[in-house]
Amino acid sequence: MLNKIMAAGVVAVGLVGAAGTAQAGKDLDAVKARGQLICGVSTGVAGFASADSQGKWTGIDVDVCRAVSAALFGDSEKVKYVPTTAQQRFTALQSGEVDLLSRTTTYTLTRDTALGFDFTGVNYYDGQGFMVNKKLGVKSAKELNGATVCVQPGTTTELNLADYFRANKMTFKPVVIEKIEEVRAAFFAGRCDVFTTDASGLYATRAANAPNPDDYIILPEIISKEPLGPVVRHGDNQFADIVRWALYAMIEAEEYGITSKNVDEMLKSDNPSIKRILGVTPGMGKALGVDEKWVYNIVKSVGNYGESFDRNVGAGSPLKIARGQNELWTKGGLQYAPPIR
Amino acid sequence: MTDMPVGERKQLAPPTDDSGILGWMRKNLFSSWGNGLTTVVLLVAIVWILNWFLEWAVFTANFTASTGSECRGQGACWALIREKFRYIFFGSFPYEQHWRPLFAVIAMLSMLVLSADRRMWNWRLLVIWGVGSFVTFLLMFGQLHIPLSLFLVVALVVGGIGMAMRQGIARAGEMNSYRALAAIGLVGLVLRFIGILPAWKLSIAPLSYVETSLWGGLPVTIILATYGLAFAFPYGILLALGRRSNLPLVKGLCVGFIELIRGVPLISLLIMASVMLPLFLPSGTTIDKFLRAQVAVILFAGAYIAEVIRGGLQSLPKGQFEAADAMGLNYPQKTLLIILPQALRVVIPPLINTFIGFFKDTSLVLIIGIFDFLNTANQALVDPNWAGFPGEVYLFAAFVYFVFCYSMSRYSKYLELELNKGTRR
Repeated sequence: MLNKIMAAGVVAVGLVGAAGTAQAGKDLDAVKARGQLICGVSTGVAGFASADSQGKWTGIDVDVCRAVSAALFGDSEKVKYVPTTAQQRFTALQSGEVDLLSRTTTYTLTRDTALGFDFTGVNYYDGQGFMVNKKLGVKSAKELNGATVCVQPGTTTELNLADYFRANKMTFKPVVIEKIEEVRAAFFAGRCDVFTTDASGLYATRAANAPNPDDYIILPEIISKEPLGPVVRHGDNQFADIVRWALYAMIEAEEYGITSKNVDEMLKSDNPSIKRILGVTPGMGKALGVDEKWVYNIVKSVGNYGESFDRNVGAGSPLKIARGQNELWTKGGLQYAPPIR
Repeated sequence: MTDMPVGERKQLAPPTDDSGILGWMRKNLFSSWGNGLTTVVLLVAIVWILNWFLEWAVFTANFTASTGSECRGQGACWALIREKFRYIFFGSFPYEQHWRPLFAVIAMLSMLVLSADRRMWNWRLLVIWGVGSFVTFLLMFGQLHIPLSLFLVVALVVGGIGMAMRQGIARAGEMNSYRALAAIGLVGLVLRFIGILPAWKLSIAPLSYVETSLWGGLPVTIILATYGLAFAFPYGILLALGRRSNLPLVKGLCVGFIELIRGVPLISLLIMASVMLPLFLPSGTTIDKFLRAQVAVILFAGAYIAEVIRGGLQSLPKGQFEAADAMGLNYPQKTLLIILPQALRVVIPPLINTFIGFFKDTSLVLIIGIFDFLNTANQALVDPNWAGFPGEVYLFAAFVYFVFCYSMSRYSKYLELELNKGTRR
């Protein structure tokens, strides 16, 4: 009897929970009513999301949150940042603890479907690579049979690593460490032969952490596609649209040469595309359900995609990652935004 | 001896190789060839390590760099700590308001130091904790809205404890005031629950409101540990008493709870509190994440403290219980006046051990995205401008943790001596 009552209770609680998430097509309303966007970021990845000495969050992932806030509220600072760990990030989004997840999350089919999420774009194209000490004399990842590999747990990195070695009939000994800083320290201390993570991370690590950067090489094989992008949960398409187009607007602004410095002059431009983008010719904001000056607000306070990239991870930052695949499509890269019209 | 005339005997100095520094060294460091060799080897090792450490930490260290790249290739980069110490201590708390968590930490530490003194172990303890907690949370939140229900609960608890403890001792007048207090609390709570009393709140709002998600660093570690253990302590006592109870239901519940909590890791409890709970709650109702973590810590610590205290209860001879019964004391009087003072004295070392453990275990709250002291220190490592100096940051964090844990350990020693005065020879 007691069991039955308890079972009924569990079902009832479950139903309440299900009803709660089902009718939550009101994510946007909730954000507006709150007057603040709650953005899930990582617990600290240099260049992508980290708190500076004043406790202010910066990074290329943080800029996505700021852009969405600027589009919604005309102010890029109306964001509450919630640091999430790799294991906890998806439940934080599912449970509604955060409105939006922007934390170096790889866009994959299962995450986009079975987990009940929508990826709204790609703000950084990455791919997994290997870094080794030159002393090993290794020139290709195919020569890594039997190597000890430093890797972070709970990520696609770990899975890709296992897949790659199995596909090439090689074995490896994993050294699994949670915190990226500690993985790096272990690698440079010689605890493992190979350090594997996304190529951006490898270059950044070599530049910033290696005792002598020339001692280490990054092997030519890139074993995975890692498109990293912002994620929202199913159920509110309008909110997903705003997140999607906030990122596209940054890319589009770079394509048209609109920067945070010249955006005021651009308002006077004769180019019909720029007039549409900046809301001089109205219509776009109304279609998206935000203020007509949404792109102006994003570019003015956050900058275009290129500015954000340079400031956080590119030439203007200590990481000095080359644009590579993240260059605009017009310059041979993959960053391509559908037209704002 | 007796047949030697006084004054005949020469007053000899003690042998030189037995006294003074040389004598001490001979006795303790070089008493045999083997020991002498060990001493020399260890001495060389200590000097070598100390030399290396000082070279790194002091002589070639950089205290003034303004970015991490200026530090590279030298000794310790203490400039990093100089740049980041405010973030490490106070996390994302609004920068220009950092005086608030600073004074909150001072308030909590004074509260802890004062309550460490035995002379305060009476009604003063309540005053200290009441004032200390009020100041701490007023500073941290900036605004406090104390609901009517809280006052009613306090009235009920105080009245109830008074009635139980003073039974058969207090005069009718005193007893009646306890009864009145308890009745006011109980009736008020019932009325509040069915909605007759309004949701009145005592609002004190001298400062800007800072929500718990912005808290970080040392205040978070101290709050989680202090209030985690402050609540877990009475709760653990109740669990321990319940586990020894003769009532099968009470006993079963307590045993079940203790074994369940001890059977799972703290991380899984934190994940349950932070991830599963919101999925079950109807959307819109959220319980503060910090509060959830705090409750998880209390439940977890409670189970451990219960087992420690049970050890103390079992060490008491049966005669103590029977003597208390023979005196005509009721159960609360017997427990609080006779049993617990003796049982707790026995378990001070394991109890402080649990406290020290939990002070450090609070770092696990990172798993649900709360930044305690260790995690803000971690965060300081990530800043791309200062990347690559984990040693300095962890050493600094270790130093701060050591100061706290070593103080607790010394206090435990003092308390052991102090409380065992009666049994020492």
